[in-house]
Formats: sequence, structure tokens, C-alpha cells
Amino acid sequence: MCGIAPIKYSNVEHVKLLDRFSTSNKSLTGTLYLTATHLLFIDANQRETWILHHHIAAVEKLPLTTSGCPLVIQCKNFRVVHFVVPRERDCHDIYNSLLQLSRTAKYEELYAFSYNPKQNESEQAKGWQLIDLAEEYKRMGVPNDYWQLSDANRDYKICETYPRELYVPRTASKPIIVGSSKFRSKGRFPVLSYYHKDKKAAICRCSQPLSGFSARCLEDEHMLQAISKANPSNRYMYVMDTRPKLNAMANRAAGKGYENEDNYSNIRFQFVGIENIHVMRSSLQKLLEVSGTKGLSVNDFLSGLENSGWLRHIKAVLDAAVFLVKAIAVESASVLVHCSDGWDRTSQVCSLGALLLDSYYRTIKGFMVLIEKDWISFGHKFSDRCCQLDGDPKEISPVFTQFLESVWNLTEQFPQAFEYNEAFLLQIHEHVHSCQFGNFLGNCQKEREELKLKEKTYSLWPFLLDEQKKYQNPLYNPSFSPNLTLLEPNTVSFNFKFWRNMYHQFDRSMHPRQSVYDLIMDMSEQNKQLEEDIKQLEAKIKRKSGQSDVVLLKEHQQSAHPAPVMLKTPPCFKKDQPLIPLNDAVRTIEGSNTADNRYSEFMEELSKAEPAIVSLEYGVARMTC
Amino acid sequence: MEFAELIKTPRADNVVLHRPFEPAVEGTLCLTGHHLIFSSRRQDNAEELWLLHSNIDSIEKRFVGSLGTIVIKCKDLRIIQLDIPGMEECLNIASSIEALSTLDSVTLMYPFFYRPMFEIVEDGWSAFLPEKEFEFLNALTDEWRLTYINKDFSICPSYPPVVTVPKSIDDETLQKVAVFRHGGRFPVLSYYHKKNGMVMMRTSQPLTGTNGKRCKDDEKLINSTLGPGRRGYIIDTRSLSAAQQARAKGGGFEVEVYYPQWRRIHKSVERFNILQESLIKLVEACNDQSHNMDRWLSKLEASNWLTHVKEILTAGCLAAQCIDREDASVLVHGTEGTDSTLQITSLAQIILDPDCRTIRGFESLIVREWLQAGHPFQQRCAQSAYSNSKQKWEAPVFLLFLDCVWQMLHQFPCSFEFNEHFLVTLFEHAYASQFGTFLGNNENERSKLKLPQKTMSLWSWVNQPEELKNFKNPLFEANSLVIWPSVAPQSLQLWEGGLLSKLMTIL
Repeated sequence: MCGIAPIKYSNVEHVKLLDRFSTSNKSLTGTLYLTATHLLFIDANQRETWILHHHIAAVEKLPLTTSGCPLVIQCKNFRVVHFVVPRERDCHDIYNSLLQLSRTAKYEELYAFSYNPKQNESEQAKGWQLIDLAEEYKRMGVPNDYWQLSDANRDYKICETYPRELYVPRTASKPIIVGSSKFRSKGRFPVLSYYHKDKKAAICRCSQPLSGFSARCLEDEHMLQAISKANPSNRYMYVMDTRPKLNAMANRAAGKGYENEDNYSNIRFQFVGIENIHVMRSSLQKLLEVSGTKGLSVNDFLSGLENSGWLRHIKAVLDAAVFLVKAIAVESASVLVHCSDGWDRTSQVCSLGALLLDSYYRTIKGFMVLIEKDWISFGHKFSDRCCQLDGDPKEISPVFTQFLESVWNLTEQFPQAFEYNEAFLLQIHEHVHSCQFGNFLGNCQKEREELKLKEKTYSLWPFLLDEQKKYQNPLYNPSFSPNLTLLEPNTVSFNFKFWRNMYHQFDRSMHPRQSVYDLIMDMSEQNKQLEEDIKQLEAKIKRKSGQSDVVLLKEHQQSAHPAPVMLKTPPCFKKDQPLIPLNDAVRTIEGSNTADNRYSEFMEELSKAEPAIVSLEYGVARMTC
Repeated sequence: MEFAELIKTPRADNVVLHRPFEPAVEGTLCLTGHHLIFSSRRQDNAEELWLLHSNIDSIEKRFVGSLGTIVIKCKDLRIIQLDIPGMEECLNIASSIEALSTLDSVTLMYPFFYRPMFEIVEDGWSAFLPEKEFEFLNALTDEWRLTYINKDFSICPSYPPVVTVPKSIDDETLQKVAVFRHGGRFPVLSYYHKKNGMVMMRTSQPLTGTNGKRCKDDEKLINSTLGPGRRGYIIDTRSLSAAQQARAKGGGFEVEVYYPQWRRIHKSVERFNILQESLIKLVEACNDQSHNMDRWLSKLEASNWLTHVKEILTAGCLAAQCIDREDASVLVHGTEGTDSTLQITSLAQIILDPDCRTIRGFESLIVREWLQAGHPFQQRCAQSAYSNSKQKWEAPVFLLFLDCVWQMLHQFPCSFEFNEHFLVTLFEHAYASQFGTFLGNNENERSKLKLPQKTMSLWSWVNQPEELKNFKNPLFEANSLVIWPSVAPQSLQLWEGGLLSKLMTIL
């Protein structure tokens, strides 16, 4: 990011950056720069605030005040910045530029197409090959006796928003597939999303049937039968309609609807009541209004949280996943999941279900695969939902954010079960909206191929893997609940918490000032290093014990001037010293290393002019006499 | 009185114990004078439950045929259920428990009967003497002295025999000031801030009454603690209107004309039954089985528990801010100066003083600012969330303080030598304990009960090396800085280990 030179003509000096929550309007003064890709603010302490144009969700010019013209920028990563520009003219210019820069008309103008991480073509191609879905289906155990790869959608002829490669029951012939797809909204016929090897049960996904009030489709009925027959453990299958029943019924009037249990043999039909994208969008809006309020009281916060319905929606999503998982884990039944078009709620429920069932998706690599499979390849409309291009605001919805939040809730409930940490989820959220990498651009695979993303842009995943140290959960224990990889979350209401680190990621004063995870991570890192040292030293001792004292002495003298190569291992042991007990060793390093870093940062935080936590003026304002 | 008189059925077999999240266990139930004991009596994996009668907040009994069921709700918020065959046995046991859990006399409580199974290395009763504390202070400043004016508890019944006061004020003056302060609680030193020499004092409301009575000695005492040109803040834990209303009952507040260097801040903190109500509602909210998110959030809101946590923590931060940021001294009081006052003075010290974040320092803080300062533990912790007694003097003041400390521990997980378990342990022992530490309402009562001679101190047990290690935070690194917690609603959480996990067991 630092490679971009600020555009000269567009810097404005003496701009104030207001503290969002300060009741006394505390601010930092600095210079605002507008670059081709970022808005940059550098304050008097040379601290930089970078805002990617693509991250900007809304810019607002507030009425002129005595100190200047206020400009409020809301970002998709929930950063909110409040500038005061001294001259109205400058403010107006910035406002107009940002409006233009944040609204992109064509994919080719997105940051991903100009972003250059200095990789050559083969590295770029290798990056795109990192996540291989064919490999993933193999890992699940398909193709097998019951499931096969279908070439029906090889040229996106049957369904434009599905990937080319789809797995279907062996008994589902091409005419059945074609017939079923014609009876499903947007041609999204039932296909395999996840196969549970042990239970031989499958999670399948599709869109709503075009049943109207009475229409039937024999091929579609055969398709579902084929799915239930592909499961030798249980001939019944569940059909989960993730919508509220009322919504599904209303759809019948438009010639769509849901499966009639009488027409399909051996199905159990179930509504699970997750609200639609519009309800979710306004729910998030309400949540952000509440959490952005200055001087918020606990009760206003809690009632605002309740009124927004946000946590209720998150709970509904997770409850649906728990229902799905029970069907598979307890009854060994296959489940077919759909909503309306099968790319929002269906993606949420299928991916969370798989995450609860299969510990692979709780690893860093596995989570990438999961997103790549259930979200990217199955055509969750990232472009529309995240408003990558200037488009219909009614298409915007935080569906993927809800998925990440559900996962976060699980990581809170099962701190040992996940290889990745919160920072990983936040970073993915950041890049879903940044348009810096090609993965999430566009709405479906077909569109991505047409955009030649694999040649023109880079994949996010290798970059995340490169810095995976940052995303590792120090408490991760792969043998967590060894005999079953199944997670059974408790979805009682008070287990759902407000995700402060998501919605207030950039409001540093609200966060804990010390991170347990960082400390544990550093300590375990040091531990590993020390154990390594012990091994090496023990090996040396073994080798030495056979040799004469003279040689040992020589070696000793030599080691007094260690060769440069030796410096790689910390010179913490002297040759003639017995091995220091592990605990003491950790103490020493802890005191001299991690703590210093953390506390110096901490001290800086405290030495700020205003601690901003409790405002004395607030108290004084209530003074009397 | 013989406990045996109260126990008609000392033992019942084939009793089934139900605890949440655990399989039911069949075994034998025994009642003793102080305990309800349940044992599975299995050779391989004997399970035992020992429950102090004094921990029982309420019991309910019901019958299906001749099978009786007793539901026991504890002051530490746990709930257990016992299925007892035989109507008569069940009725006998229930009435015994009822009688034994509501004994009137303190001297019949378990601490007077408890004989420790461990060797006392350091007697907790004498581990935190005011004289020792004063030595540290005296090394820093010579402006303060110890006074023994209250050695027979005649000046102030709720104060300890020894307190720290300004050196320039003699005992005669103190005596006059005590008359002017509610309950005789004249201003005493609570904390000395090494960094800038500012102090925090605490007292009770001045008895100005409706006609604005003043006390020259009180003014002299309070003004004497500020150097020339210095400022101080009086933090009144009541709202202005509440303070004004208090005048009608003979109480009042400091009028600033007579205390020219001081400014008064009203920072209202709730007290008494409002807090008890809050705890009861919080427990009800967690008890709601509807699994409905909206209902949970609105019940949580209606309980006001987190609002109280925020209020108290904010007031503590305010006091700390005045001292550390404004270089001003602080005087804290509400009405009696035994509840909200102590919450604030103790929280401010945890924020400011790294010593208070060590185990030893925190124990010392509890002794100084709660036990010796006369927080009426016996009244406040008489009942908990399940009782219907609704006495005015019952209130989870100390539990709220512990919750605030937990919020800080949560935000600064490496700055405290103790862990959450330590706070939970203090909560449990404040309500029911084999130790005498939290018995009585003040030092006067404790000395009359001869607690140091007749009972064991909690600290004697806690401070044994093998016990201590359970309370240590492995991530602790001494942090000499002032810690400023965030009090934004988004930063506050329900205390899982202390409240939620115990309440969750209801489900």
C-alpha cells in the first residue's frame, strides 16, 4: 500500500479527524491525501490512516460548522471516520472525488486489476491453484458408488450461476438433471455440497421449486429420490426450506414455492425461518446506528441490540445449521437445503453445517476451501451483496458477514476447536470488500472466467497462508474431542454476543488493552524454539560423550566466538551449563521480549492527551453549586 | 441448642441427586448440623457433595405419590435437586434444612465449629494490620498519623480501632468531626498516590440538616489535606436531588463556600434493594427457557445489572482520573459510606495501584476497604437471588464490586496476579463459608464475637502455597501502569465465570 504516491493536487492540510465517541469532540489534526486507490490521513504524530476507496460505503457532508465542513465516511469494514475540513470548497472537492472513486462502474476499474504484489506469472497461477475443489471432493470421498461428477453443466448451459463441475447421485441421469433444473429457480437443481463419509449422508443444495400452488415435475421428484437412494443408511431425507413459512407461501403466488410432501416420496419437509436479504440489511443498519451512538447507556445498547434483531438472525442461522447437523449426525439422513435462489441462506446453512460436521473446515486451509466451495463456486453474489460495482442498493446484504459472525460465535464457544483466530475472520471480511484480490469479484464462476481473473488478478489465499502465523489460534488442539469431530453448539440466547471486534474494529479504546492470545502465541513460539535447542544440544552431548576431553575443550573455546551461522539459534545456553528447566526459560524470554513490545504500545496508548474512557468533563457537567 | 433436635431424619438412602449437565446419581443423603452431605457410596468412583446449610438461599418441596423432591437454590446461585423416597423422610429433611439454613445466632454458624485440616503458616487474622500498612505510608509522607481514638469503638461503631488521619488534626478535633458525620464516620485516609502525592479519603454524609449546620472542625480537617492552591473533588455517590432530600432527614452534603478548594461531583450509584432486585431479575432472565433472543435481551436490559456495573466502574474511574490526571485529591462519600463509597475507593485503587492487582495486595484491599471499613457483610449477604425475604439491608454490593474487577481483569488479562477463580471464591465465601472472615458487619462485632480467636481466617487458607497456585493467573506480568478500563456498553460483558456459568446450570 505504501507504494502509492499521494496525488499532489489533492492534499488538504489542517484537517481534523474527530474521535468518534468522544463527548468533548477531541480530534487529531493532520493532512488528508487522496490517491488513486486510497484516502490517506496523516496526523501530527505521523500516524497514518488508510482508507481504500472500495471500502467506502457512504460519504456524507454535514452542515457547515464554525470549525469547518464536516465529512463523515462510513466504510464496509465498519470503520467510521469523521473529518472536519477547514474550507468548504476543499470539502466539496473531496466529497465529489470520493463519490466518484468509491463508485465503480466496471469490474476492470477495481483495485484487483491494478494491484501488483510483484509476483511473476507462474507464482500468480500457482496461487490460484492453491485451493483445488476437485481435490476437496476427493477428500470427502466422492466420486464413489453413489455419487459421480456430472458434466451436465460443463459449459454453464444448465445453470449459469453454478460451477462447471457438479456432483450428483449416480442414478440421476442427464434428462432428470435437465428436467429438475427447469423446475428450479434460476436452474439451480439439487447438487452435492458436502458428503459425510462415515454416515454416507449428504448435504445437497438447490433453489426453490417452481411449484406454484400445484405444479409438479417428475424429474425433480426423481432427482430427490435419487438423492435419498444414494444414502444407504437412511432412506428418508430432509428438505430444509431456510425461509420463514410465510415468505415461502407468498412465493407460491409467483409460481415458485416449496416442495409438497405428498408429491415426493420419503422426504421430511421443514421450514427454519431465516429472514431475507432485505430484513438482514436493515437489521445491520439498525445495529450500526446503535453501536455508533455517542455516550451510549447500557440499556440503550441492549434495547437497540434487541430492536435491530441482529443477534436473533445470527441465532436463526446457527439454529438452522444445528438442525441440519442433527439430521446427518444423529439420523444419518441426507439433507437438501434451499431458500429462494439458493445462494444466500443456503450458502450460510450448508457451509456452517459442514463446519460443524467436519474438523477440516476448522483449519486455516480448510476454511478457505469451504468459502471457495459453498460461497464462491456456488455463486453467492459477492459483487451484488458487497456492492463492488455501483448497482442496486437493494441487492446489498450482509449475508457473508453473518456467516463469519456465526463462525466467530462458534470459536468463542469452542476455543480449542479452530486452527484460525478472530483476526483471520476479520481479514477475510476486509478483503471480501476490498476488491484487492480476484477471489470475491463478480457474482459467479462464469462471470469470473469471462473477466479472466486468474490472469489479471491475484488470489487472496496464498497471501493469507504466507502470514498464517497471524491467524493461528494458540489454543487450537487438533485432537479436541478426539472420537467425534462433530461440534454441538449450545444456541441458548446468552451464548450470542455482540461482536465488538468486528463492528468496532477501528475504535481502539473499546478493546481489551492486552491480548492473551498474542502472549500465548509468543510463548508457545519460544517454547518450540527452546525445545528445538534442547534437542540439538542433547544430540551434541551424545556425540561429544564418545570423544576425548581435549576435543571438548577445543570446541568450548571455539564456541566463545560463535560463527555467524550459529547466531540463528539464540545463544541462551552456555556449553558447561546444565539445561535450564523449561519454565524458567520461558520466564526469561517472556520478560525480555514480548512484554516489552506490548507494554510500550500500551504505554503510548495511555500517554495520549485524553484517556477518553471516562471523561471528567462529563462528571463536571453534572456538578452543582 | 442441640442441632440434633432439628434433625429428625439424619439419613436417607436411595436418594437421587440431579445436577444440570451431569447424569443423575443415586446415593445416601446425610444431614449434620452444618452440612448436607450426599454420597454415591460407590467403591469405584464415589461422588460426594458437601453443601453448607448457610449456603442455602431457598428450598422447595413437592411430591409425586410418596416420592418427594426437594429443590435447593444456593446463595452462590447453584441449584440442585434431590429425589427422596418416603413422604415422611422427605418432609423431615426439608424442615431440617429450612431450620438449619436460617439459624439466628452467628455463633452457631459453621466457622465456630470448623477445625482446619491444614497447618497454619501465617495467621490471616494478623496478616494485614493497619500498623504495617502505615509503615509504608510513613516512608513516603509524614503528613499522616494513626489514631487510636476509636479503640473501644465508641467514636464510630463501624470503624476499626485504628485509622489514618491528617497529622495536623488532633483527636479532640476528630471527636467533634465524628459528631458531624453520619454514623461517626469522620474522614479517613483510603489511598495515597505515590506518583503525585494526591490522596483519596472516605467518609459518610455530613449532618447539615435543613438549616445548613456547619462544623468548623470538619472544614478544617478536610481543607487541611490540600496544600495551598491545590484542588480537590468531593465525589458524592448520590444524585444531587437525593443529596438534597437527605437534608430533611438530618443528612446533607458539603456546601462549597465552606470548602473553597473542593468541588463536588454527584455520581449516582444505586444501593440496597435496587441492587438486590437487579440480581434477582438477572437470575430470572438467565432462567428463561424460551430460547428467545429478544426476550433474553429485554430481560437482561430490564435487570439493569450491567448498568450498575457500568455506573460503579465509571465512578471508580472518575475518582482515579481526578487523582492521576487532574492532580487532585478526592473525598468519597454517599450516605453511610459503607457501600457505594467502598466500591469506588477500592476500584480506584485497583486502577491506580499495581499492588492491588497482586493476590496479596487484593486481599489487603478487601481487608482495608471492605472488612475494616465496615461494609456490613452479614446484612448484605444474608440472602441471595432466590430468597423472598426482600429485606432492605440485603444487597449484592460486594458481588457488583467483584464483577467490576472481573471486567477489568477481562480487559487487562495480563495485569492481575489472580485469576477469575479467585474472584468467584471470594464471592462464594462472602455468602457462605467455613471461615470467619466475612462474619459480622464490622470490626466491632468481629471483636465481640472473638472471631480471630474462635474461627479460622479465609486468608490463612488461601495463602498456603498449594492453594495459592489455583488462584494465580499464569499470564501475569507486573504492570506498573495505571489501567484505564473501557466502560462503553460494547466493552462490558456478563461475568461468565461468576454469574453466567452458575446460572447456566439452571437450564
